[in-house]
Amino acid sequence: MLPYLRLGPFLLPLASLSLLIGVWLGSWIAEKRALRIGIKSDLISNLIFIGLIAGLIGARVAYAARYINAYISNPLSLFALTPDTLSIPEGLMIGLFAAFLYGQRKKLGIRLALDALAPALAVFLVFQGLAHLLSGDAFGTPSDTLWSIYLWNEYRHPTQIYETLLAIIILFIILKYPLKLGSGRSFWLVIALSSAARLFIEAFRGDSTIWNGFRVSQIFALIVLAASLWMLYTWIDSTDEEKKGVSL
Amino acid sequence: MATINLSRDSRRWIVYSVIILVVGIMWIFVSRVPVGNSVEAVPPSAPREGFIAPDFTLDLAGGGDVTLSELRGKVVLVNFWASWCPPCREEMPAIEKIYNAFEPLGLVVLAVNVTNQDSEAAAIAFAKEFGLTFPIPLDRKGDVGARYQLRGLPNSYFIDRNGTIRSVVVGGPMAEALIQSKIENLLKESE
Repeated sequence: MLPYLRLGPFLLPLASLSLLIGVWLGSWIAEKRALRIGIKSDLISNLIFIGLIAGLIGARVAYAARYINAYISNPLSLFALTPDTLSIPEGLMIGLFAAFLYGQRKKLGIRLALDALAPALAVFLVFQGLAHLLSGDAFGTPSDTLWSIYLWNEYRHPTQIYETLLAIIILFIILKYPLKLGSGRSFWLVIALSSAARLFIEAFRGDSTIWNGFRVSQIFALIVLAASLWMLYTWIDSTDEEKKGVSL
Repeated sequence: MATINLSRDSRRWIVYSVIILVVGIMWIFVSRVPVGNSVEAVPPSAPREGFIAPDFTLDLAGGGDVTLSELRGKVVLVNFWASWCPPCREEMPAIEKIYNAFEPLGLVVLAVNVTNQDSEAAAIAFAKEFGLTFPIPLDRKGDVGARYQLRGLPNSYFIDRNGTIRSVVVGGPMAEALIQSKIENLLKESE
């Protein structure tokens, strides 16, 4: 674990840096994939950029709305450069919605866009695993296995390493064996594989939310897995006309 | 009556999907946690969210001492600082303001001076300069800082009434709204 690197008087947040590299590399690879699919690469990079910016602003505004008293007396705090006052679920929804609106305005085919974004998502998942390893987040249950790591005063399952390795395998599959380009199925394949990975790894996590003895994230992962298998099935026979007809 | 004609590939796809989902459901059952247990048998103490805050007893500037574990039942903000640290200087007035507003509701602020990297005289002068009214524990040997794995200053830990760390803010200065939102949240949920 190495969450911060001291550079003179500055602390470099390595986990956040890993996420940023993931976004940057993901955008780069999405642009390449977009060119192969036949859509302009700047459309995809703008889609990612607009989604990120709208997501960040939305996450801050949603946090401020939740603690309105604190922000009414300190409105300048809205602009504080800290990730500690972001409401991630709302930010994610607002970011996705903004990207959707942008895609609709540019008449970008949803299946083409999702296929271009599929490897970007796979790259991001690898760097998210590394970020967890650096920060010590998403840690495992206490374990006496040979490969356990000492973290938070216990020997634990290295769930962050499991997560990173499985994400690398997913990235390899999506790059090496892409499903028919432009069908949109590569995206659902990434979602299906990553939710299956989460379903598996969650069993070793030490920070799971428990509901009646069950790990809540596993139940969500199973629902997402079922939905993505269904999408993989229903999008199996799309024609080029259908792909172009279904726009964002 | 409508009939559904599925190709061999489609049937195979559905069968594989059902097998995957059944294996997933079985895995969820195998890895469930017995009701009444938590994932951790005994939540250990560690300086991160979700863990019991590492305990300490320190002398206070101006006399007396304080033990963190004796403050159970109160919401505690532990802030590590030094007089030479610019972001610490910047955020301290906001901490004082929040302390004055929420101390009657059960907030305790422990502004731990990392005295091994500072000096007791400088810490007391700092407290006078900013008119600080909350307790200032002195970490003379630096062992509390080591237990909290400090990598820089300031570092802040928001601890709930059960002694569990609920939020960690590394670096600063913290915006006043950030401090207020975290404190309000903890005071509200444990009313």
